[in-house]
Amino acid sequence: MGDKPKLAIYWASSCGGCEIAILAIHEKILDVADYFDFIFCPCILDFKRSDIEALEDGEIAVTLFNGAIRTDENLEMAELLRRKSQVLVAFGSCATEGCAPGLANFNDREQMMNFIYKDAPTVVNPEGIIPLEAIQVAEGELELPGFWNTVKTLDQVVPVEYYLPGCPPEAKWIEALVEAVMAGELPPPGTVVGMDVTVCDECPREREEKKISHFYRPYEIIPDPDKCLLDQGLFCAGIATRAGCGALCPSVNMGCRGCYGPNEGVIDGGAKLISALASVLDANSPEEIDKILDTLPDPAGYFYRFGLAHSMLHRTRLEMENGQKMAAQIKETPRLDPKLKD
Amino acid sequence: MVDYKQYHPAWGDRSPVIIGFLCNWCSYRAADLAGTSRFGYPATLRDIRIMCTGRLDPTFVIKALREGADGVLVMGCHPGQCHYEEGNFKAMRRVALLRRTLSQLGVHPDRVQLGWASAAQGIIFTETVKEMTEKIAKLGPLKWHDNNHDASPHLPPLPEKEATHG
Repeated sequence: MGDKPKLAIYWASSCGGCEIAILAIHEKILDVADYFDFIFCPCILDFKRSDIEALEDGEIAVTLFNGAIRTDENLEMAELLRRKSQVLVAFGSCATEGCAPGLANFNDREQMMNFIYKDAPTVVNPEGIIPLEAIQVAEGELELPGFWNTVKTLDQVVPVEYYLPGCPPEAKWIEALVEAVMAGELPPPGTVVGMDVTVCDECPREREEKKISHFYRPYEIIPDPDKCLLDQGLFCAGIATRAGCGALCPSVNMGCRGCYGPNEGVIDGGAKLISALASVLDANSPEEIDKILDTLPDPAGYFYRFGLAHSMLHRTRLEMENGQKMAAQIKETPRLDPKLKD
Repeated sequence: MVDYKQYHPAWGDRSPVIIGFLCNWCSYRAADLAGTSRFGYPATLRDIRIMCTGRLDPTFVIKALREGADGVLVMGCHPGQCHYEEGNFKAMRRVALLRRTLSQLGVHPDRVQLGWASAAQGIIFTETVKEMTEKIAKLGPLKWHDNNHDASPHLPPLPEKEATHG
């Protein structure tokens, strides 16, 4: 057992779905267990950080790292596992591009703490207690890892060999990666394991010449099951999202959310979405354009749903002006069709 | 040399930096005309010629803002007079959506503006630059890299200091 290559899996700021996704490779997992010595995975195995610290540098063959980096602990573990691993893989959307934890970059630490511990409608906290990084108690000082203002992706804190996007990554790509490692046929560093076309190329829906005159939210219309969702006015990020998932969401009447991130060669997926989506608006004057765009609330949320932490602007502006946070509040308009109320 | 501190104290000794994306067929020629006609305008604009405003990828605008610009001015042919028929309509839609998106990220929508000038309208070009410079001057410096010195490694590193200005 001792001379088998070592495999580690770690979660930083993530939901745990990536660990489950690894099990989706089904019986292939037996080959993985056969080939690798599975040494570290806090989700399912009881090994400790000290066990990793005791290893030689570079002793782990492959580490699959999921989760974004947002606390001091996340960073320490990323640095530790980088040092101990020959191949570090940013596994899943959080590690690759920030994903849902990265949406915290629309706010800052103070706003988040206030909402989560004080202002959320379900919270009762009359004394206004929020977590501290250190506190003195009778037994000594207790510490929590520092919580950051800005969520980062794995490759923003340590060098990364491969990227496996997706929320969570699809089993076939996990398999492809694991097989490449087992066969000793590693792609060049920096490779994104996936395809280099967009979700539209995998989508079975029929596309026509696009002209959008109104954006609908999924609850507002019942979409035609065979026609392109975007043609029907439902927001779909498939036009600027890397393929690899087999167009899972559009196949079940839900527009692509964009979890596979920007396509090959694209730096900022949100900018490409703006470009593609805006060009098919059916309007030729500022007033008409505004009227259509009013039906798309929270555009930044749509365009940077998964990629904010890895986008070019990375986060909202922190600077304050006249005591106000700079970022504009999302104006949520009541959009329920009155006819639907009955 | 204009003292921009009168508009916003944060300018210090520097002037605003506006990146201009001007279309080859109209606005760039309007800029040429403004030059040969000796029309004065603030030295805040760094213009980049693109074949058509329809070629303007929102990535260019975001990159400019990220790397030190205080504003971006996009200028093309008047609507209906695009050399490629409808490129400027696409720019109109893209800039509108981009401004909404940027405002959610804390970039004032006035920092990204769209204007039109035909090849014969040097004066409209200079007036647009003057107007935009004043708006940006009042908004103050953007200084995105203070906010964001840890961004994507796929891009060249951000400059250590603010860009130098004339």
